[in-house]
Amino acid sequence: MSAAPTLEVDNLKTHFFTKAGVVKAVDGVSFHVNAGEILGLVGESGSGKSITGFSILGLIDPPGLIVSGAIRFKGEDLATLNEERLRSLRGNRISMIFQDPMMTLNPVLRIDTQMVETVLAHENIGRKAALERAREALALVGIPAPERRLVAYPHELSGGMRQRVAIAIAFINKPDLVIADEPTTALDVTIQAQILFEAQELCRKTGTAMVWITHDLAVIAALADRIAVMYAGRVVEAGTADEVIAHPLHPYTHGLLGSVPTRNQRGTRLTQIPGMTPSLLNLPDGCAFAARCPRVAQQCCEQQIPSQQILGRSVRCCKPLVAEAVA
Amino acid sequence: MITTVPVAVATAAPIIEVRGLSKRFVKRLDLAGRLAARLGSGAVEETVHAVDHVDLTLAKGEVVGLVGESGCGKSTLGRMIAGLLPATEGEILFKGQARASLDGEEARAARLAVQMIFQDPYASLNPRSRVEDIVGEAPLLHGLTTRKGASDYVDSMLTRVGLDPDFKRRYPHQFSGGQRSRIGIARALAVKPEFLVCDEAIAALDVSIQAQVINLFMDLRRDFNLTYLFISHDLGVVQHIADRIAVMYLGRIVEMAPTDELIAKGPNHPYARALLAEVPRLGREKRKFRPVKGEIPSPLNPPSGCHFHPRCPVAVARCSIEAPKLRVIASGRHSACHLND
Repeated sequence: MSAAPTLEVDNLKTHFFTKAGVVKAVDGVSFHVNAGEILGLVGESGSGKSITGFSILGLIDPPGLIVSGAIRFKGEDLATLNEERLRSLRGNRISMIFQDPMMTLNPVLRIDTQMVETVLAHENIGRKAALERAREALALVGIPAPERRLVAYPHELSGGMRQRVAIAIAFINKPDLVIADEPTTALDVTIQAQILFEAQELCRKTGTAMVWITHDLAVIAALADRIAVMYAGRVVEAGTADEVIAHPLHPYTHGLLGSVPTRNQRGTRLTQIPGMTPSLLNLPDGCAFAARCPRVAQQCCEQQIPSQQILGRSVRCCKPLVAEAVA
Repeated sequence: MITTVPVAVATAAPIIEVRGLSKRFVKRLDLAGRLAARLGSGAVEETVHAVDHVDLTLAKGEVVGLVGESGCGKSTLGRMIAGLLPATEGEILFKGQARASLDGEEARAARLAVQMIFQDPYASLNPRSRVEDIVGEAPLLHGLTTRKGASDYVDSMLTRVGLDPDFKRRYPHQFSGGQRSRIGIARALAVKPEFLVCDEAIAALDVSIQAQVINLFMDLRRDFNLTYLFISHDLGVVQHIADRIAVMYLGRIVEMAPTDELIAKGPNHPYARALLAEVPRLGREKRKFRPVKGEIPSPLNPPSGCHFHPRCPVAVARCSIEAPKLRVIASGRHSACHLND
């Protein structure tokens, strides 16, 4: 890991200034992704994982604002770039896959029109060459008979097929970074497996770095190289996927993993995390997880817990489960 | 391993028996279509075979998981069993009696005994009703409680599903997703059902909340000796909670087996095998995804013979001609595949 990471997010804070108060959706998030690597950004709804993704692409609209922090993409700080420069990067060097492919696809334009447009917006090549590129991109994501799909409208395709087209468009300009926001949540398991397979292949082949945002730990366990777990706007634990899944250090990660039904505990009670996620409007002074944490100590409620390095991972907890992980 | 499976499950009398149940949705031709058809345009009515001759028996106290991809007809089957949709063909027996033949008090009791819990905790609660009315209306109407006792009755139901009774004057929008699904469960429980159809009841919830609700389902089953038909696309959840699993594909049940056997010995039907193999798991090893080819075909125009044959890796010529029947392949195990012959 000698080369600089493709993306480095450093202490990012994205807040929403609403009438009810300041919603700290993202509050000091740091992580990095290297070329050809898949980072899983895991969290429950309201943890700020999608807003983190939107912040990277500069898609935050008022009342939202990136308050502080840096988003370094190959040396450039995206948070300070002007709109023009951002636009030349978006869809070209950085692209995004959304949960609902109909958000990406224009329902009244044919697939070829939309794909060619994406190519021509960033590159000065002929229409024919762009069309050929579109055909290749569709074939790459495993769409059978790409020539026929090119002249179809989005409504003529199934959900899984649409998501593949969206992925093909995201990869068409061979980007350095792809942000995928729950791209398989709306799909069936057999289709999900196909999409995961193709996403993994594409990253390995093209050396594209990917941030895969999801709430599904089982999906990310098999897909990602590294995992960052988010809770109430902060990354509470980050490390390699194998280590985090096998030996979680943060009590929240531990609880989250215990909540997933697996084969060997069939019929037994699942370990559940009591209570629910706190409102982002008034987060406690200390650790946001303190109220639900089984290991809570006095100091957890008093001050913010800084991120510390333990066993090669960064953990935001003053009483991490180190003994369990080492054992 | 501790299991909560009651010993008597296998021998218990069936509470619900489904025989040859079918549901066809027909899109009738409009006037222009009928005229065009008469003039020889070849316009025909479109028929969707949502459920195609399904047989299913649920014993008292049992949890059966019904899994399949979207469009396979699992929700339609659940809705017919819950009595929300009339069947096109076939019959549903409640405790040995055909439900259609019951009338008066018996029919009412049979209807109340089967309740449904819906997927979307946002859309399935009336936004203009207070929680006490949502939960309390049905038992009051059916004489399970009195106007005087209704308040206490609602309190006890809310407590049972883990909600604070102090919240009962609130409206649905004042609750979180997990709390709303608890309200839906309390509403179903309030009429003292014996059988619950849970249609993707936890699909919309976050993982940590999902675990809470799964635990609640298991507690309720133990306390009230409930029977569940647990419909879900999430095999991980179904494997956890169900005693038996039925796998549906394009309107037909292709395999049915006790969960432990299905996991230990593996599924028999090629589709069930593909489906189970593709469930993401919290494995430590990085797995390469090896997907099954193609997509679920349109139920408007299902493939001939075995519906799975165009995607099946082991299909033979016979599969495209003759539809396989769901047959016993071992004790308690059923599969619909020609390769078992």
